[in-house]
Amino acid sequence: MNNRWNRRKTLVLWLVIAVVFLAAVCIGGLFCEDAARATDFSRKNIAPCLKYPFGTDWLGRDMFARTVRGLSISIIIGVCAATFSAVMAFILGVVSATMGKTADTIVTWIIDLVMGIPHMLLLILICVACGRGLKGVILGVALTHWTSLARLIRGEVLQLKEQIYIKTARKLGKSNLYIAMKHMAPHLLPQFIVGLVLLFPHAILHESGITFLGFGLSNEQPAIGIILSEAMKYLITGKWWLALFPGIMLVITVVCFYTTGENLRRLLDPASAHE
Amino acid sequence: MNNLKAKFILKNFIKVLLLLFAVSVAAFALMTASPIDPLKANVGQAALGSMSQEQIAKLEEYWGVGQPPLQRYIAWFRDFVRGDMGISLLYRQKVTTVIAVKLGNSLFLMIIAWVLSGLIGFLLGSLAGMNRGKPIDKIIKGYCLVISSTPAFWIAMLLLIIFGVWLKILPIGLSVPIGVEASGVTFLDRVRHAILPAVTLSITGISNIAMHTREKMIDICDSDYVLFAKARGESSWQIFKNHGFRNVLGPAVTLQFASISEIFGGSVLVEQVFSYPGLGQAAVSAGLGSDMPLLMAITIISALFVFGGNFIANILYGVIDPRIRRGGVGR
Amino acid sequence: MDKEKILEINNLKISFTQYQKGMQQTELSVIKDLSVTIHAGEMVAVVGSSGSGKSLLAHGILGILPYNAEMGGEIRYCGKPLTEKNIRKLRGKEIVLVPQSTAYLDPLMKVGRQICKGQKDKEKKHRLDTIFEEYSLDKKVQEQYPFELSGGMTRRIMISTALVENPKLVIADEPTPGLDPKLAKRAMEHFRQLADMGAAVLVITHDLELALETVDRVQVFYAGHTIEDASVDDFEREETLRHPYSRALWRAMPKHGFHYIGGVQPYVKDNLQGCPFAPRCDMASRECQGEIPWKVSGSGYVRCIL
Repeated sequence: MNNRWNRRKTLVLWLVIAVVFLAAVCIGGLFCEDAARATDFSRKNIAPCLKYPFGTDWLGRDMFARTVRGLSISIIIGVCAATFSAVMAFILGVVSATMGKTADTIVTWIIDLVMGIPHMLLLILICVACGRGLKGVILGVALTHWTSLARLIRGEVLQLKEQIYIKTARKLGKSNLYIAMKHMAPHLLPQFIVGLVLLFPHAILHESGITFLGFGLSNEQPAIGIILSEAMKYLITGKWWLALFPGIMLVITVVCFYTTGENLRRLLDPASAHE
Repeated sequence: MNNLKAKFILKNFIKVLLLLFAVSVAAFALMTASPIDPLKANVGQAALGSMSQEQIAKLEEYWGVGQPPLQRYIAWFRDFVRGDMGISLLYRQKVTTVIAVKLGNSLFLMIIAWVLSGLIGFLLGSLAGMNRGKPIDKIIKGYCLVISSTPAFWIAMLLLIIFGVWLKILPIGLSVPIGVEASGVTFLDRVRHAILPAVTLSITGISNIAMHTREKMIDICDSDYVLFAKARGESSWQIFKNHGFRNVLGPAVTLQFASISEIFGGSVLVEQVFSYPGLGQAAVSAGLGSDMPLLMAITIISALFVFGGNFIANILYGVIDPRIRRGGVGR
Repeated sequence: MDKEKILEINNLKISFTQYQKGMQQTELSVIKDLSVTIHAGEMVAVVGSSGSGKSLLAHGILGILPYNAEMGGEIRYCGKPLTEKNIRKLRGKEIVLVPQSTAYLDPLMKVGRQICKGQKDKEKKHRLDTIFEEYSLDKKVQEQYPFELSGGMTRRIMISTALVENPKLVIADEPTPGLDPKLAKRAMEHFRQLADMGAAVLVITHDLELALETVDRVQVFYAGHTIEDASVDDFEREETLRHPYSRALWRAMPKHGFHYIGGVQPYVKDNLQGCPFAPRCDMASRECQGEIPWKVSGSGYVRCIL
């Protein structure tokens, strides 16, 4: 067994970097709450400099603090919604695969239905139904993102059910619970975890989109979408930094989630042993 | 065999109709659940206060405030089947008229973006897949990762700053110049105003198709028949021409038709940034202003496009793949 | 033998790197020590049981091993070392592969075009027509897709891919599985024809009985090693075979009593020293653990201390 630097170690390294960055943003957000709101007219519209790396806005608020705060809000909302969505996907996927033909037809129909309305539009509809606000955003993101993971889990369970070792276990008189825990869970769990992590970036992107459009939170809660939509109004006056830095931070955050998910997937996938 | 195909198409067609019906029910249910009062949202609290009880009652009757939801849905459905989608509360026009104009604007934009992103994405994906692990693959993969992590509206904002504000070579918003009569708008004007939104949509659309094409291409390159082609001394270009292109085209085209929903979703955000008066922007205004008839109609139109795309994808798959075209899957 | 040596392989090794638990990588040698020589006009079979990594031999010669594989040892073609650069020029022209199964044909390409690698020159087309005639394949078949062919037709199509070239070396990788005995025999005869026309033919197979009917010499391959090189005549009687494994194989043939060989082939991960068959051999002694040299014996070579 040699110990030289190999691909798997690189994967783990990226994973750690991504997780540390995300944790730093979340923790930073907790401490930035007051700084993000503090207005000071003596420092209005300052372009990025050493003291204010992201500049300040038209009310003299520090954009760095606002960005970190906004990101942490967005991450928390995104993670909540995605978790909700993933649990829903898991339950519906398993129900669809195990509870008989009628249940399967119904679930596949709902999946087709949800996929038939463009995500953004369905989000708008759900936000309208909830009378806008935080509830609408979380519910909207949760209800629009579960479909592909549910499909994946359904397919996986269907395939597992047909495996000979599971059929044998059944013939040997093992209980359903035993089969589910001993034979199915080890296959499904990694898939589920990876699916969950890969839902985060989508959820955060859509959350920022819907708040950008004005369906989400109030200006009191400066989620990243709101910061950017405020920046929109000042774009034409040339205040580029209001949009640039929060956007870059958002992109980095989402990239971190993607790399985390992808690297986890590659580490957990037995077929990657040969790479 | 022809009979079988006809049956397949008919079955799919009925499914699309049923799904559309379900979409309308779902959308209607969501809007009924909304706590926002359409009267207050549209007429305005102050105007409502100054109206007489009679006038309010008349308006309420018009928008069916008192009626149970089922009845209102049936009324809506009856009108819809006849081609009447109601009156838009925001635009004070027939919904059909509003949609016709907005859809025209949006389609112009989306078709350009759809074709561009499809072609470029396919090329980039093939290139990356054929050169797996090489620098070019890493660059394309990196591009796709960054773009799919970037919200479409932010790319739109960046392009707006660069081309609209700094370089001042392209207009900042709207689909036609401000203050010009509709008849005075030339085709070129329309194109100039659609460039930035279309480019934004293309940039974001590329990553999806490129990633999928790449994945497919890698599968193909790992296949035994490409291995054999290599053993027969075919060059990389010959392998692409003879085997890669052929085998990756079907899945790629199918995917592109099935991904109409994403370009629709992207257009909602992008149109908002460029204040491009298309369907997406109308959807946002309708949502913010609780313009139920308009939002309802937009939902159904977009679902129609999405299902239509899936439908075409299903049929195309059978046309492209000889195993299905020539009947009898496998031996 | 005064004929030209076409292919000479000495001490070929092929190994993979694989992840063990977690982040540890380990090396897996599938082919450990393989040597074979083929002359022009000769047909040689490398015989080994299923799953012993024989197909890798073909891929190794043609330079199409997967990217995580490593190859060692020496391959010489017509007296010169076969480098990666050389093989790129030779494969598909002088050195051709006849693959194992339909999976090696592009499912979306018509058979005729596929055999000609998508080129449309007249000469190739003409040649293809003659081959089809010879193999009694209908011309219409050229316009069909691989999924429309029967097993026997597929086999002939795959041989045709070799015949449209002017091969000096033909490598057939498991050419018979899934075919009924009659068809399998026909397929082997097609290869014999190629050898009689002057090409060197290397058949990689697990079917010793079938191979003995057509080939000139047999290389016995066991657990990554070639352990004996014998002419077909040596397989007439058990006594003329030298290695205990070859004898066991002989006894396992249906017409010689279908005797079962005890034990199992060592797994690739167990790095055994010396003779790989020693754990299953009745006559094994301590010397079998050491280095065992090739020994000339009768009309062949053997690697056994006895």
